[in-house]
Amino acid sequence: MDAMSEKDQQSESRDGGVGSGARPRSAARDIERYASLFAQRTQVMTSSAMRDLMAITERSEIISLAGGLPDTASFPPETFAALMTTIAQSSCARALQYGPTEGLMTVRQAIVEVMAAEGITGVGADDVLVTTGGQQVIDLVCKTLIDPGDVIVAEAPTYPGAVPAFSAYQADVVQIEMDADGMRIDLLEQALARLDQEGRRPKFIYTIPTFQNPGGVTMSLPRRRRLVEIAAERELLVLEDNPYGLLRFEGEPLPTLRTLDGGIYVIYLGTFSKILSPGLRLGWAVAPAPVLDKLNVAKQSVDLCSSSVSQYFVAAYFAQGRWREYVASLTSIYRRRRDAMLEALTEHLPSEAHWTTPQGGLFVWATLPDYIDTTDLLARALAENVAFVPGRAAFMDGRGASSLRLNFSGVGEDDIREGIRRIGKVVAEQVSLYGTLTGTPAAIPQPSVSPAPEQLGSVVHLDDRRDSERRREA
Amino acid sequence: MSRVAVLQGGRSLERQVSLRSGARVQDALKRLGHEVVAIDAGPDLVQRLRSANPDVAFVAMHGGDGEDGTVQEILECLGIPYTGSGIAACMRCMDKVLAKHLMREAGIPTPDFYAFAQSAFQELGAAESLPEIEQRLTFPIVVKPASQGSALGIKFARSAQDVPAALVAALSYDRRVLLERYIDGRDLAVGILDGVDGQGAQALPIVEAIPEADSFYDFEARYRIGATRFVCPAELDDATADRAQELALAVYTSFGCSGFARVDLMLDNVSGDLTVLEANAIPGLTETSLIPQAAEAAGISFDALISRLINQAFCASERA
Repeated sequence: MDAMSEKDQQSESRDGGVGSGARPRSAARDIERYASLFAQRTQVMTSSAMRDLMAITERSEIISLAGGLPDTASFPPETFAALMTTIAQSSCARALQYGPTEGLMTVRQAIVEVMAAEGITGVGADDVLVTTGGQQVIDLVCKTLIDPGDVIVAEAPTYPGAVPAFSAYQADVVQIEMDADGMRIDLLEQALARLDQEGRRPKFIYTIPTFQNPGGVTMSLPRRRRLVEIAAERELLVLEDNPYGLLRFEGEPLPTLRTLDGGIYVIYLGTFSKILSPGLRLGWAVAPAPVLDKLNVAKQSVDLCSSSVSQYFVAAYFAQGRWREYVASLTSIYRRRRDAMLEALTEHLPSEAHWTTPQGGLFVWATLPDYIDTTDLLARALAENVAFVPGRAAFMDGRGASSLRLNFSGVGEDDIREGIRRIGKVVAEQVSLYGTLTGTPAAIPQPSVSPAPEQLGSVVHLDDRRDSERRREA
Repeated sequence: MSRVAVLQGGRSLERQVSLRSGARVQDALKRLGHEVVAIDAGPDLVQRLRSANPDVAFVAMHGGDGEDGTVQEILECLGIPYTGSGIAACMRCMDKVLAKHLMREAGIPTPDFYAFAQSAFQELGAAESLPEIEQRLTFPIVVKPASQGSALGIKFARSAQDVPAALVAALSYDRRVLLERYIDGRDLAVGILDGVDGQGAQALPIVEAIPEADSFYDFEARYRIGATRFVCPAELDDATADRAQELALAVYTSFGCSGFARVDLMLDNVSGDLTVLEANAIPGLTETSLIPQAAEAAGISFDALISRLINQAFCASERA
């Protein structure tokens, strides 16, 4: 599971819970004892009902298209054994020891190699901070830059796992709509102008420009150029989160924001999670020197250093020199799974539905007719033993109610087809029911045609706030 | 000292809460000196109950099979005494539509309502009757699944335009849906607990759920947990508090509940009238749940509460 299930500050859904800071006058000491000690920032508004739903998606009989899991089953166990043997023979004591906060030099050199494969040159091992997963970079950047009430600009929808991180630092998140070419830069500029007028200055812009999670779209080159220009004009930082860049199925790679900017305003976030293993919990940050120093200090207080065992594993793995072959094998597995998912969506979703066609990465973002609430739909889907992430999880403001995120990397093609068939069945049921209720002819679900690439512009587009509010209140 | 099977989890949407209730109940039972067998209710439930061979089962399941009488049926078959209400009372509580009809018959005030199965819309053209319903209930209308214990699936329709989507959402959880008059008022919950000998039910101090003023989802806050705080005992005049407890006891008795239950009421801001929304046969028992708070406000510790429920289970089985 990705961070969807990590929002654990909340009380229960059953018969209510005391928000962590609430002070009931009863003598319920169990609550009172801790509640008065919790920090303000733990009072994050999240839907615990959704958390309970997501917990059920982990049951074994469920086909879960909800996770963000890479296919670790394809990693050869004999390679794993050989690497561990190498570590035991040549670096046992050091692997069991603390390491430097910035990470092992050999790992940082491996990172430089991975970044070169992404087309990023001019980065030295000294520019790299090894972190405990990419998630830690998000946390450290917030810790370093965000005071309560500071503004973070993010995409709409954004990575669901970033939402609790932003919330924990009490950031005010402004989300910018995307279309098939990624973040709408015109809307970004409008939002920045509006923030100017309000006297609020955003600290950084958080973006996953390539194979966005959850949107599945990729920011176009002109927009990438304009984004780094804006950052320079306004002296804003950009946090470029790039976990999926090497998992490209088709099309030409685009330059990263880091490449376009040269490392002046862009903080780059990378991870081994999607090209090797998320279980290692290793990611990295490359940032302008003064920022990198602060991130390093922040990391010292969080965990001193990332796992030495994991880092020696990466070092030994890269020493074999075959990491690109493994990435290529993952990419071809995911390409087949994506194709299976897109075919199944075309076959099973009604014509009112639309979805993105990712050229890489792990996710498809689908949007259903606006009268379907995907949180409720998930409850119905769970009865059919299939799960997805409701779109609301990717927004801070209640939008996304009719969208869902579908993962195609974590399960095989047969399960993907069957899972989408089941989702299609419950969607068709709701479409038909809505038709009956509104007196419009019951829409017979028809195979829809996946939108042609040039029409993708409207695919991720979300209704304006008023529309989504109307739906939410319904 | 007895061997107690704590039934929890299951397939219900409230599985997580149930696991937390179960864990806390287990701790209490151990402190009380009982032998505890934790059972996550799954396909091997009967098998596990047989091999555990408990003296009594503590049912800490919420929603679904644990609260609708199904698990109780199994326990009856196996001859295992169990905590809380029997099969019929569970069914009466779990089905909000049946519960409201029973309250109406018993003269217990409950907000006006209409209820339909999905098939009524699909096969009998029930959608045609929505304008009449909307006219009688007046907007906003609360739309909810007939049997869902948590806040999931509860929607507010402010206008006729909102009703179809709200019905579709509620029907995601259940084949039947309830349209209910919205009461603008205060949310009250009354816990009921059987006496030490399993008889003489008493009403616990009243809990009020107060939506946080600055909640983003203000209109829905009362149903959206995390945006609500709880006060116990609720600040009410004596007459209102007495009446609320009286109504809750009347529901408990007329539904034939035993052990414990929680009855949810609304206090109308304008008229001051009390109405009963529903009763819960297996209320939550976690650190933040209402019944343990209310019991503690009445001077009954959590351990004493659990002890009482175990005694009640034995008493009920002796009487049966």
